[in-house]
Order: sequence, then C-alpha cells, then structure tokens
Amino acid sequence: MALRQISGCRWGVLGAVLTLALTLAACSQSDSTQGVDTSDCSDLKQYGDLKGKSISVYYPNVDPEDKAYKASFKRFEACTGAKVKYEGTLELSAQLPVRVRAGTPPDIASIPQPGLLATLVGTGKVKPAPAAVSANVDKFFGKDWRAYGTVNGTLYAAPGGANVKSLVWYSPSVFKAKGYLVPQTYDELVKLSDKIASDDSKAKPWCAGFGSGEATGWVGTDWLEDILLRTAGPEVYDHWVKHEIPFNDPQIATALAKVGDILKNPKYVNGGRGDVKSIATTTFQDAGQGVLDGSCYLHRQASFFAAQWPKGTKVAEDGDVFAFYLPAIDAAKGKPTLGAGDFITAFADRPEVKAFQTYLSTDAYANDKAKATPEGGWVSSNKGLKLENLKSPIDKLSAQILQDPKAVFRFDASDQMPSAVGAGTFWKGMTNWIVGKSDKETLDYIEGSWPK
Amino acid sequence: MTATAPILIETPIRDPLNRRPRAASLAKTSLTSPWASLAALVIATLWTLPTLGLLITSFRPQLAIQRSGWWNVFNDPDLTLDNYREILGGDSSLAEYFVNSVVITIPSVVLPILLASIAAYAFAWMKFRGRDTLFVAVFTLQIVPLQVALIPLLKLYVNQLHLSGTYWSVWLSHTIFALPLAIFLLHNFMKQIPIELIDAARVDGAGHVRILFKVLLPLITPALAAFGIFQFLWVWNDLLVSLTFVGGTPEVAPLTVRVAELAGSRGSAWYLLSAGAFLSMVVPLIVFLALQRYFVRGLLAGGLKG
Amino acid sequence: MSTGAKFGQMFVAIGLFTLVFGSILLLASRAKDRAAERIQAGAFVLPALLFLAVGLIYPAILTVYESFRSADSSSFVGIDNYLTILTQPDLQVVLRNTVIWMVLVPLAATAIGLLYAVLVDRARGEAFAKSLIFLPMAISFVGASIIWKFVYEYKPTGFAQIGLLNEILVTLGFDAQNFFLLPSPWNTLFLVVVMVWIQAGFAMTILSAAIKAIPSDIIEAARLDGATGVKMFRRITLPSIRPAVIVVLTTIGIGTLKVFDIVRTMTGGQFETSVVANEFYNQSFIYNNTGLGAALAVLLFILVIPVVAYNVRQLRKADAR
Repeated sequence: MALRQISGCRWGVLGAVLTLALTLAACSQSDSTQGVDTSDCSDLKQYGDLKGKSISVYYPNVDPEDKAYKASFKRFEACTGAKVKYEGTLELSAQLPVRVRAGTPPDIASIPQPGLLATLVGTGKVKPAPAAVSANVDKFFGKDWRAYGTVNGTLYAAPGGANVKSLVWYSPSVFKAKGYLVPQTYDELVKLSDKIASDDSKAKPWCAGFGSGEATGWVGTDWLEDILLRTAGPEVYDHWVKHEIPFNDPQIATALAKVGDILKNPKYVNGGRGDVKSIATTTFQDAGQGVLDGSCYLHRQASFFAAQWPKGTKVAEDGDVFAFYLPAIDAAKGKPTLGAGDFITAFADRPEVKAFQTYLSTDAYANDKAKATPEGGWVSSNKGLKLENLKSPIDKLSAQILQDPKAVFRFDASDQMPSAVGAGTFWKGMTNWIVGKSDKETLDYIEGSWPK
Repeated sequence: MTATAPILIETPIRDPLNRRPRAASLAKTSLTSPWASLAALVIATLWTLPTLGLLITSFRPQLAIQRSGWWNVFNDPDLTLDNYREILGGDSSLAEYFVNSVVITIPSVVLPILLASIAAYAFAWMKFRGRDTLFVAVFTLQIVPLQVALIPLLKLYVNQLHLSGTYWSVWLSHTIFALPLAIFLLHNFMKQIPIELIDAARVDGAGHVRILFKVLLPLITPALAAFGIFQFLWVWNDLLVSLTFVGGTPEVAPLTVRVAELAGSRGSAWYLLSAGAFLSMVVPLIVFLALQRYFVRGLLAGGLKG
Repeated sequence: MSTGAKFGQMFVAIGLFTLVFGSILLLASRAKDRAAERIQAGAFVLPALLFLAVGLIYPAILTVYESFRSADSSSFVGIDNYLTILTQPDLQVVLRNTVIWMVLVPLAATAIGLLYAVLVDRARGEAFAKSLIFLPMAISFVGASIIWKFVYEYKPTGFAQIGLLNEILVTLGFDAQNFFLLPSPWNTLFLVVVMVWIQAGFAMTILSAAIKAIPSDIIEAARLDGATGVKMFRRITLPSIRPAVIVVLTTIGIGTLKVFDIVRTMTGGQFETSVVANEFYNQSFIYNNTGLGAALAVLLFILVIPVVAYNVRQLRKADAR
C-alpha cells in the first residue's frame, strides 16, 4: 500500500536519515504562536493590566496537543502582561482530587467529566463562575451545555473544548471504488452493513475494540449511549443518567439489544481481529485501523480518533478516511449528538484568574484556539466559533454537527454517572457483555452496583 | 537473623592455617555440565526474548508495528529512527527531564541508606527494650501501600512544612517508603557478621559509632551497594510519587513522566512508547553494569578479608 | 531553576542530612553513664522511626480508622465495608486471584532465580549471564506492560500475528489464543508470568551472593565425601543459604501483594483478573469510596500476617542458636 513507502526507511538511506535526524533533534521547537495574531488587543483591554501576575492552569493534554494550548494563550499574555503557567498531565482525573484535597490546587483546571466537577464542588474548594462567565455561557453555549457546568443550581464552569462521538469512520476511497453511499438513515446503515457482508467474504462490515488498558469498556458505553439517545430520546437519557429510572429499565434493554444487533452479530464483526469476543481485548486504537487496511468498512468512534491514523493518512471527505454522522433511528427525536468536552474550573478568585477564566469562555478564545491548532483535532461547541478557522475537515464536520440547530446534544453518560459506575461497573459490564453475558445480566449487574 | 554457615575469615585468631580459598582450586565447576549450560541458556533466552522484541519494535515504523510481528524484521528489515527522532526532537528537551530524574534519584538513594544503616545496626547489635517487637513492626510496614500515605504526606508538606513543589517532598517521601525494606535487608546482612569481630573491636575500646563505621559498614559495603542499586531502580522508574509530590511540569518532572506522556492522550502511541521505554532504561542499565562487581562479589565472605 | 541550582540543592540536601545525623550520633556517643546504651540506641533508631511514624504508621492507622467509616468518611459504619468485601461475588474472585499471585510469584521467582544462580555460579561470562535475568528489573512497569503486550497480542488464526506467543502457537499448528479471555483463573497465570519475569532477577541477585558466601572448605569437605550436583545442592547449598531464601521469599511476597500496575495496565482488572491492590486503588482513587478502599488496604495488611509470622519464627529460631 502506498502509505508504507511514505514512512519507510530503506537500509541504504539510513546514513542520510541519521544525519537528518541528528540535525532535527538539535533544533527543538520553541514555543510559537502558531498563527495567532498577538497584536490585536482590542477585546482584551477590559481585563486591564495584569503585568507580573501569573495563572497556573492544569490540563489533561500533553505533548503534542499542549503546544496548541500554550500558543492559544499567547495573545492574552501579550495583551495583558500576565503569565500563564501550563501544566499538562495524563492523570488529571486522579491527580486533581489529590491536589485539591491536599491544598495545592491549580488556579484553573480543565475538567473532562461533569461527574468529577460535581465531586470537586463537594469539597468546597471550587469557586463559582463569575457573572461575566455566566453571561458568556448563555450567549455562546446554550442551556444544554450550561447544565453540565452547573452543580446544585450554581454555574461553576464554562465549557472549553468539545468532541463529537456520534460518528462512523469509513474510507471514502473504498466507498467510491465499491459504489457505496454514505447512509442517511439508520435503516440505510443496516442495509449497507448487510450489503458489505455479502459483497466481501474476507472482511467484515464493522470493527470495534473495547480495549483501553485500565479504561477497557468505555467504547461499549459510548455505543449504548448513542443508540439509547436514538431509540428512547434525550429526556429518557437524562433520567437514566440521573438514575431517575433504573439502569435495567426496559428502554435501556431495548437499546442494548439494538447495539447487540451490530456488535454481537458474527456476520458484522470483528473485521480482521477475530470473533465477537475479540472486541473485548482489541484496543480501540487498533480496531479503527481496519478501515485503512481493508479488513472492515465501518468504525463507530469519536472525532478525536483522527489522531490515531498513521502519519500521512488523508483525513478528508475525498481522502483515505473520513467520518459520517451516525444517523438517527427515529426522526421524531431530532438529530441526537453524543459528545464530551472539558470544563474550565477555577479554584482561586484573584482578579487575574477571574479575567483569564472569563476570556476562556468567550468566542474570541475559541477562535484563537482554533487558529493555534493547525494540525486540527480540537473543536468547541462555542457558537461564536468560525468554521473557517478550523483547519481539519473532521473538526469542521464536528463543529457543523455541534452548531446544527436541529442537533440535540447530550454529554457522555458514563462521564456524568458516579465514578463507581461510570468508571467502574459500566465499563466492566459492557466488557463482560461482549464476552458473553446476556443483556439482562449486564443491566442488572450495573443497576445493582449503583451507590446508594 | 544470624548466619547458619560460619563465614571463613582470614584472621590470626580464627584460622592460623590461613586456609583461604584459592581461586585456582575453585575450579569452574557448574557449567562444565552440558545440561546445566543448556538449562541456563534456555532460561536466559526466555528472559531476554520479550525485551529484544521491544528493542526491535522501537526501530520500526508505526504502520509496520500495527501490521506485523517484530520478528519479521529479520526477513524484511524496515527500520527507522523516526520514533527516537520524534521523542528527542520534541518541545521540551529530554535533557531537562533527565537532569530532574538524576536530582530526584540520588538523594532518594543516599538518604535511606544513611538512616537505615544506623537503625539496622541498632536492631542487629544493640540491646534495648522492645527491640525485637519494634523490628518486626518496622519490617511489617513494608506492606503499607504507599498510596495511603500520599495525601497525608502531601498535606503535611503543604501545610506544616511548606515544602510544596520542592524536591524535598519527593526526597523525604522516597526515603520513608524505602526504610522498611532497607532496614530489613541491612539488618540481615549485619547479623551475618561474626560476633567475634564485634567483640574484638569492643575489646579495643570502640563505642557503637566506631564499630558501625569502622568495622561493619566497610564489611557490608557490597550489601549497601546492592540495596542501593535496587533503590536506584525503583526511584528512577517511579512515576506516582514524583507526580504527586513534585508535579508534572518540565522544570521538576522526572523522565518517567515524560515517557508516560508519550503514550499520547489516548494511551496508544506504541511506536513512541517503545522508544521512550528504552531511552529511560539506559541509565539504570549503566548503573547496574557499573556496580556489577559489588553484586558479584556481593555479600561475600571474601569481602571480609578486608 | 537552572541545572546547576538543582544539583546544588541535591548536594546541600545530602550534606545537610549527613551533618544532622552525624551530630546526633557524635553527641550520643559521648554518653558514658549507665543509660548510655539506651541513649545511643535511641539516637540510632529514632530518626528512622520518626520518618516511619509520620510517613507510614500514621497513614496506616488513619487507613484502619477510615475502614470503619463511610465512603466519604463522614459517618461511622462499623464493619459494613468488611462485610461487603466478603459477600460481593466480584470481590471474592479478587481475593482468590490475590492468593494465587501471593503463592505463585515468590515460589516461581525464587525457584528460577535460585536455579539460574546455581547454574551460572563461577562460570565464564557469569556477570553477563546474570545481567540478562536482571534486565527486567531495570524496566519500569510501563515498559514491562508494553513488552508483554507484544508477546500476548492476539490476532485470529490466519491473520498476521503480532504477539510472539501466538506466532509460536500458529507456527506449531495450533490456533491463536486470546489469552486474557481464557477462563479465569487461567488468564491470571499469564499476568503472573510477567511478575515472575521481573522478580526472578531480584531473587537471583541475592541468592547468587548468598551462594558465594558459602565457605569453600565446607564445599571441599562435602566433595571429598562424594557429594556432587544435586546432592551437593540439597545437602550443602540449600541449607547454607536458607536465611537468604527466606528473605527473598518474604520480600517478593510482600511486593507481590502491593503490585497492581501489571493488572491495571494489561487488563484493567477485567476478565476476573483483578487483585486486592488494584481494587484498593480503584475504590480509593477512582470511585472515591474511601471507606471500602481503606478496608481493602487493611485486607492487604491482614494477608501479610502469615509472611510476618513465618519470618518472626525464623528470627527466633536463628537467635536461639
């Protein structure tokens, strides 16, 4: 396949590459502004002169995504004189509570789960959002998103970045070659799956992977959430998340059965990776690669999967891979969109912290961040985000879906449920389900584990 | 714990015949048996094969790693330095993390050895009330998972001691976590020193401090080195303690934090992780090889000739 | 902070420590009266005890206290947490797995380490041979997990294998296996192997040194009596290094009880492979159930009691000689 030649290194060229490598290694990249115009300070004057002040921020994004974040802060730093100290970590969900409990929280943290936000608010160390932030949230994000940053009626955090999960990855070039069309309804999707299954005896229509180290199973929870939104609708979804209906409610059972129609169907899965059970041990990163190597055709996964494709893959509507919106099942329930995002939370209320927090909730910041992310892989549900600032087609697609007036957005359920379930039995339950447990056993198990 | 085998010493008191083991007479015995050689070879191969796989993987392109097993490199060498290049050419240079690792590790090895040596000596050769009970308590503390100590210690450092964010918090923590095993190990080695030596020194008028520093420590230097290498390994490869007490910023974070980050936000960049894991293995390996002679002569009777 | 400043801090720390404890020791050695022995013992032992009291004993007591309280530690719940552990079927599997680990790892690692140490003792290239077995100890747990991922990885038979073990199976004509999906407790064995792989180096190092400490005149005498090979091993070598074997078994046993990284990164504790240490971590740090997490930690303390008791008996026996 052409891709191998792009990234390959023949023995004969090794010497030249070695030299090149050493040269490149010698010049390490310095912090760049990456496309952000730091000279335009008109909208930042309101924050005053913050020279000499510093704000510590704690994000779950590390190299290489952190470069874009640091670049996105440059304009604020240049215009107000403040210094933003960035710390990224992959262990934010574990480390932030430790820091808060021990008394050394950051000034601002980007929290990826509303459930975690609620837990931290319970410690009393989180500062309520300033009025300006509240106004911005109403203006740019709408009431769905506002609700996720709100705990017990008080708004604590404005949304930061977002991602869309209701996507199915596919290969446009393969579809074109085989004459397949992107399905617009769920029925069409099922028909397409059947057609692929009969057309291609060596591959399968779908590949999926729940494997994710300590988080194994989360992909299964996404599937259930996406389908439940489509079969039962957003209100039922909300009741389910808040445990106002039990986890083994018949409506959930119907949704799970529908997921099983695809994931537990040996004719549909698991492209190039084994049988149905192999979904449990296939890592989600590996599962999607099947779309590229031809062992499967469809992979339901979030927009952030774009980062998993090997270097050189063209992610575009006419490229090697792209995604389409997972169609609705019941047109009456609108265009449900499952997604996630992070929330900008403050643990201090010094003027400079409040200023920065406010700035982060504006459309100006959303556009700054988009401009600072030339490789793509970031999007926000901020309505003031201009699509042309987003560089990658998949980000544009995600933003379009998020900003669609018909879209009904719901935040990932497992991120909102108490962690004993959302990061525990829900994951485990789905993994056990794909390995063989029945729908009823699975739902009963998770229901039984809900903390009293 | 006393030695069950008396140790051969070359001192006039003990052994006037001067029967010291001659190297020549200690013929190379064990591996003369071909079965023994084979068995050793099999074990060594089994043990090294997995690591070899990782080494080769770190030189393969991302796509190749996904598509085929690493043994294919022998018939189709598709190697690249890309992975290493990407790690080394990143935003924060590895050098800073490396320095941090060194600065975190060395005191975390030296301090526990200091404290544990004197405590182990007391448990081995001093008499005081409650000695045995205390010793059992200390060695039992090995079971306490360090996670239960993270938050209480962090609170202490932040509120009472104002050490938050400095290296002191991680040095002190590593010292604390190392003490139970250190005292246990060093105590056992110290107990193996024959009482005659201690008595001889006491007869000469040496107090406990003198005995410890002039007699014992030189004799168990190999044991100290052995514990030192284990502690070095443990601290060098530690992620959790550093992350908790000193944070993850490049100014202070050790190499392990950086390597863990290489996994990428979704934990999957195997091609980078393989290379990163090897880079961070280099130093412990060098330290191990350098201290090999202490290992081999180890805790050896020969060392007592002093 | 510049590199120079960091190294400066480091040397200051070591120097400071040496100074402080040096002074304590010097002062203590001045004591000449009847209480001298006790004062000196105090000076020797108290610094370490102080560190341990603050850093391990206090948190341990806190943990025991928390184990009798609710998830957020706000109310007293008696032995509820312990009852949960004993009755929840999930946790019963966890207990069983933990026992498997605790029995297999020390025995296997020590046996292999000892065997290897004996095999390469006084051979040519001994140092190199030993460093091969020691190598896994130098690799962090993260590294180890990746290494073994490339051993256990599963692809269905007929597809290109990425995992070494499956490649061997397929070449020999068997079907590729998805090891972690094997029925528990068989899948746990594959995780146990990783820990044994790492710990054998520790056992080998200590035992090799102990073997070298056996006086040659004893070996000579035994050889003159006609003992060789296995007989030599059983009659002379093994009894002579018994204390070291006990140290090794104990240390590895306790270490195994505490380790959860392997389980966590390779299976996430799923497929019925979880162990007590992993559950403790989950409950305390992910599910924020401090009470149940603490109870699980106390369970770890309890599980180590047989090991401690065994050691105490050996101590007493040795002292009595």
